Formats: sequence, C-alpha cells, structure tokens
Amino acid sequence: MKLKEVKEILSAQVIVEGSEELELLSGCGADLMSDVLAFSKENTVLLTGLTNPQVIRTAEMTDLSLIIFVRGKQPPVETIELAKDRGIPLMSTDKPLYQACGLLYSAGLRAEKLAKLE
Amino acid sequence: MQKDEIKQVILDCEVEAGDFSVGGEASSKLKSLLHKLGIPAQTIRKIAIATYELEINIIIHTYGGSLKAEVTPSEIRVIASDKGPGIADLEKAFQPGYSTASQKAREMGFGAGMGLCNIKRYSDELNVETEVGKGTEIEARIYLRESGDSNE
Repeated sequence: MKLKEVKEILSAQVIVEGSEELELLSGCGADLMSDVLAFSKENTVLLTGLTNPQVIRTAEMTDLSLIIFVRGKQPPVETIELAKDRGIPLMSTDKPLYQACGLLYSAGLRAEKLAKLE
Repeated sequence: MQKDEIKQVILDCEVEAGDFSVGGEASSKLKSLLHKLGIPAQTIRKIAIATYELEINIIIHTYGGSLKAEVTPSEIRVIASDKGPGIADLEKAFQPGYSTASQKAREMGFGAGMGLCNIKRYSDELNVETEVGKGTEIEARIYLRESGDSNE
C-alpha cells in the first residue's frame, strides 16, 4: 500500500513530508516503545498516540517507514525536528487507534509479523 | 597477536541518568557507523535495537553509565555499564512485562517490561554482571555472519 493511499484512507494531515509512492508492507499499532521494538520489519507504518521524540528514535532503530499519530495528536516541535533530521515522514489522523488500524487492515495492509530477526 | 584480539572500539560515550532528551543519540551514532562499515542491514537492525534498549535502560533505571561498542572480525560487542543501583532480581527483570520503571518513564511510553527480553532476543550471546549497591555491566554480542545471513 502506498503512502498516498494510507493518507487518503485515514484522511491524514501531513506533518513531515514523505514520498507519496513509498511502499508500505505492514502496519503496527502500539503505545509502548518496547512493544514496537519487539516487532520489527522494514517498510512498516506505525500508528501510535506517543508523540515524544523517543518515538522517532524507536522508528530509526527499527527502520520504520512512516509514523501516524492517532486521536488527532500533534507532536511537539522536538519530535518534528528529529523526524526531519532522520528522514522519517509523519502524519496525524483524527481517528482513534482501533479504527485507524482497522481501516488500513481492511484495505489490505498486513499485520506486523512477530518475526525473529535471524 | 591473536586474530580475535584485533578489535576496534567504535563507540565509547557517557549516558546520563534521566536524560530523555538526548536518549538514543549514542545508538543512532552507532547505527550510522555500522552502515559505513558495510555491515548488512538486518544485522545493523538487531544491534541498533539492542543498543537502544541498553541506552534507554541506563537512562531510566540507573544513576548514569556508559555505552561502548567494539568490532572484531567475527562480532560486534555492545557493553553497557552503570554506577548503580544494580538489579535486585535478575530473573524477574528478564520476564516479559515486568518493569520497575518510574511513572515519568511510563508516561513517555517506556516501562513495557520488554527491554531485557528484546536485548536477549536480538543478541547471539548476552552476559550480565550485577551487584546491588554497586552497578551493572551488560555485554551483548552479535555475530557477523558470512553473506547470506539475511532471513526475512
């Protein structure tokens, strides 16, 4: 699923630009950092309510492709600056986490597999 | 000189207790260095996650410490040491979901109780030395395999 499709499905607002053609292969919804770090695969979109800058570090460590803040949350400027510096696109949607995940899943975005990195 | 004694220290920095604002910078630096060394992306991700968890643990749980990374021809070693307080119950600390993180840390999204489990999962060898009242040293070793180690 391309970034532009995700944006459309969630009626999301762009905070830090990313390539519209960016291909996303799976999704992950989580509000705890280490839970995100336990599941990690490339080309994943993270849906979360966590807006502090550490969410960008987490994304960087696990090569996440896109972060979407749910429930209309707006990240602080430190988070935005770090995301720009690290090249990680950010968006925000008014939808709650459950609904946002459900919409993407129904549209064909696979769940994150808990795959052990060998 | 033995072959496995040829090691290069590529990272050696202090990590301050409670410093969430720069938390993750050391891990990020290491990740870039490994990329420049031509280490495969899959291996870098394992090291990055283990290092980040180690770094954040120093910030959340200790009085401060340091993070060091060494490269040898066969492996990368990441060593996290701190000045205390030491881990009281090591077995519990490794249990998924068990956390002694402060309220402040939890509000930031930490304290899921997965840190040590994640480090163990992503390391090929893990050595932990700890003493209550003194401090802890954790050494995570990730092997550098021959090409063809990627396994999605």
